[in-house]
Amino acid sequence: MRNITLSQAVNEALAEEMRRDDSVFIIGEDVAEAGTPFKVLSGLVEEFGTQRVVDTPIAEPGFMGLAVGAAMTGSRPVVDLMFGDFIFLIMDQLCNQAAKTHYMSGGKLSVPLVLRTNLGATRRSAAQHSQSLHALVAHIPGLKVAMPSSAYEAKGLMKTAIRDNNPVVIFEDKLMYNDKAPVPEEEFLIPFGQANIKREGSDITLIATSSMVQVCEKAAEILEQEGISAEVIDPRTIVPLDEKTLIESAKKTSRVIVVDEGHQSYGITGEIAGRINEKAFYHLDAPVLRMGAMDVPVPFSPALEDITVPTPEAVAANARLLMSGEMIHAA
Amino acid sequence: MTKTNAEDYLRMYRQMVRIRTFEDNANQLYLSAKMPGLTHMYSGEEAVAVGICEALRTSDKITSTHRGHGHCVAKGADFKEMFCELLGKEEGYCRGKGGSMHIADQSNGNLGANAIVGGSMGIATGAAFSAKLLGKDDVAVCFFGDGATAQGLMYEVMNMAALWKLPVIYACENNGYSEYTRTDEIAAGSITARAEAFGIEAFQIDGQDVLAVNELSQKLVERCRKGEGPFFIELMTYRYHGHHVGDINREYYRSKEEEKDWRENRDPITRFRAWLVKEGIASEDEIEAMNAAIKDDASAAVEYALAAKYPDVSEVDMHVFTDVEHALA
Repeated sequence: MRNITLSQAVNEALAEEMRRDDSVFIIGEDVAEAGTPFKVLSGLVEEFGTQRVVDTPIAEPGFMGLAVGAAMTGSRPVVDLMFGDFIFLIMDQLCNQAAKTHYMSGGKLSVPLVLRTNLGATRRSAAQHSQSLHALVAHIPGLKVAMPSSAYEAKGLMKTAIRDNNPVVIFEDKLMYNDKAPVPEEEFLIPFGQANIKREGSDITLIATSSMVQVCEKAAEILEQEGISAEVIDPRTIVPLDEKTLIESAKKTSRVIVVDEGHQSYGITGEIAGRINEKAFYHLDAPVLRMGAMDVPVPFSPALEDITVPTPEAVAANARLLMSGEMIHAA
Repeated sequence: MTKTNAEDYLRMYRQMVRIRTFEDNANQLYLSAKMPGLTHMYSGEEAVAVGICEALRTSDKITSTHRGHGHCVAKGADFKEMFCELLGKEEGYCRGKGGSMHIADQSNGNLGANAIVGGSMGIATGAAFSAKLLGKDDVAVCFFGDGATAQGLMYEVMNMAALWKLPVIYACENNGYSEYTRTDEIAAGSITARAEAFGIEAFQIDGQDVLAVNELSQKLVERCRKGEGPFFIELMTYRYHGHHVGDINREYYRSKEEEKDWRENRDPITRFRAWLVKEGIASEDEIEAMNAAIKDDASAAVEYALAAKYPDVSEVDMHVFTDVEHALA
């Protein structure tokens, strides 16, 4: 199988879906000739024209609102939000409008819209261009949330998202745009709500989203050398969440760490830990641990920024702690 | 001219009376504590919704506001489903999930009322974008109040609509009050000038004159279909009730004399009725009969809605997603 970058994977998914369905269009800042600052969309405007690859003014609520209306009336917009941090600007249109329209209309109106954005710190971009804000939207009923962890997932989840009749938010890890992974040439889709067991193991389960999947795979390698067998699971979508696969793994290994790049408090890690607690409690040999980003605004200085996100070493250290049984007494 | 359009005029009259009658009943439902929550009355502004919607066809889209019953009726909705929705009943337009502030009637192109002031400006602009992208000649009308002109979203979407020549008409219903505050206390400068700054042709018109509203709307809708949009209309109008039905003691922001003056001297229905009689389009008797028939329709719909079923509790987690029957199952 060929290897392509995550950028290329997203680009291919969009191009394929735009060829398949004339109602799909891309809208956002500098999406056309510029192809976004990350160059993810390069070449699309040449093929599909400026009617379908639409450069907007810098007006996130405006183009998001416009996309909601377009989605309600027969089009399938893919909104490009340049940085995940800008989601605060579009909250009304995303959470009060897009998320609730189907429900409030008793099922008569729908909003088949994709919001493409990103997450991820350690790019030295400081507090307003580095956040991982997926928990905010996952909290709102009516929104699906996909979190690709490699080029393969980025392509398959994007194609599924475009065909979905609900608003879907996709968070790409902006540090992974140039990372290559094997992606089939032939068409494929990845269904929502199906976790991927990236690595099988028997002693401990590491549940990881997006950028943290790689981190946990590295942690598992470290642990393997010490004789600890870690299972790594990528939920791939956090709404819907494949609870069954996560619970089964928790029951099997009896120890779980949930790792996610969103802030730890009130985040995805707590949600998943809570569900495991409710449904696998009597199978657990240790408390479920949460590892999120530190609860501080993302600092600029590399010396500070690097310690705010979970690392393979930190995950491995916590795994050892759980294996040792010390956590039981600590709790 | 008048004779050939007699049917159109009578329909416009009937639609205005239907809105007033709907609101009188809705107000009674609130006052008699039969309606959950509260609601915002459109009474007094009928010529705006009817004058504009009578220039539209079914496939044209509108977006509405928290004060949205008038738009819903004017775009073709039925009393029965509307009252059912206001009472939270299963047969309501939104199966009771939206209520007064979110009533939508997709079958007639009403994309819904919106409880966020100015919240639907993007949606209307997007509907116009969609029409253009998909090669349809449908038009979108965005209804909003003077209060919503203070929201930033309006300027973002007007900018895009003007850049891309979208077939959208921004219809600002200026009823003089932004909730409990006079409009001149919240709006600096001229409202139409704001649209003009984007190169959008803007008009200010008497919103109590249904014929004038309809004539202008027809012209602008046709021009939108030819790709000459967007447009902006500021319609000077008045709401007879308070901001919402519970806003009874309002003399601290608005005098009874002012309310009396608008009701007695500028009422859109009274004015149009006098014109219909003067032009010989309908006699007083015919008009009275029309009014009575509408009153009966509304009473029957209210009775029906009061007796109608609430949705089964199992519906609570339906319609969260299009492809999941019960989101919490």
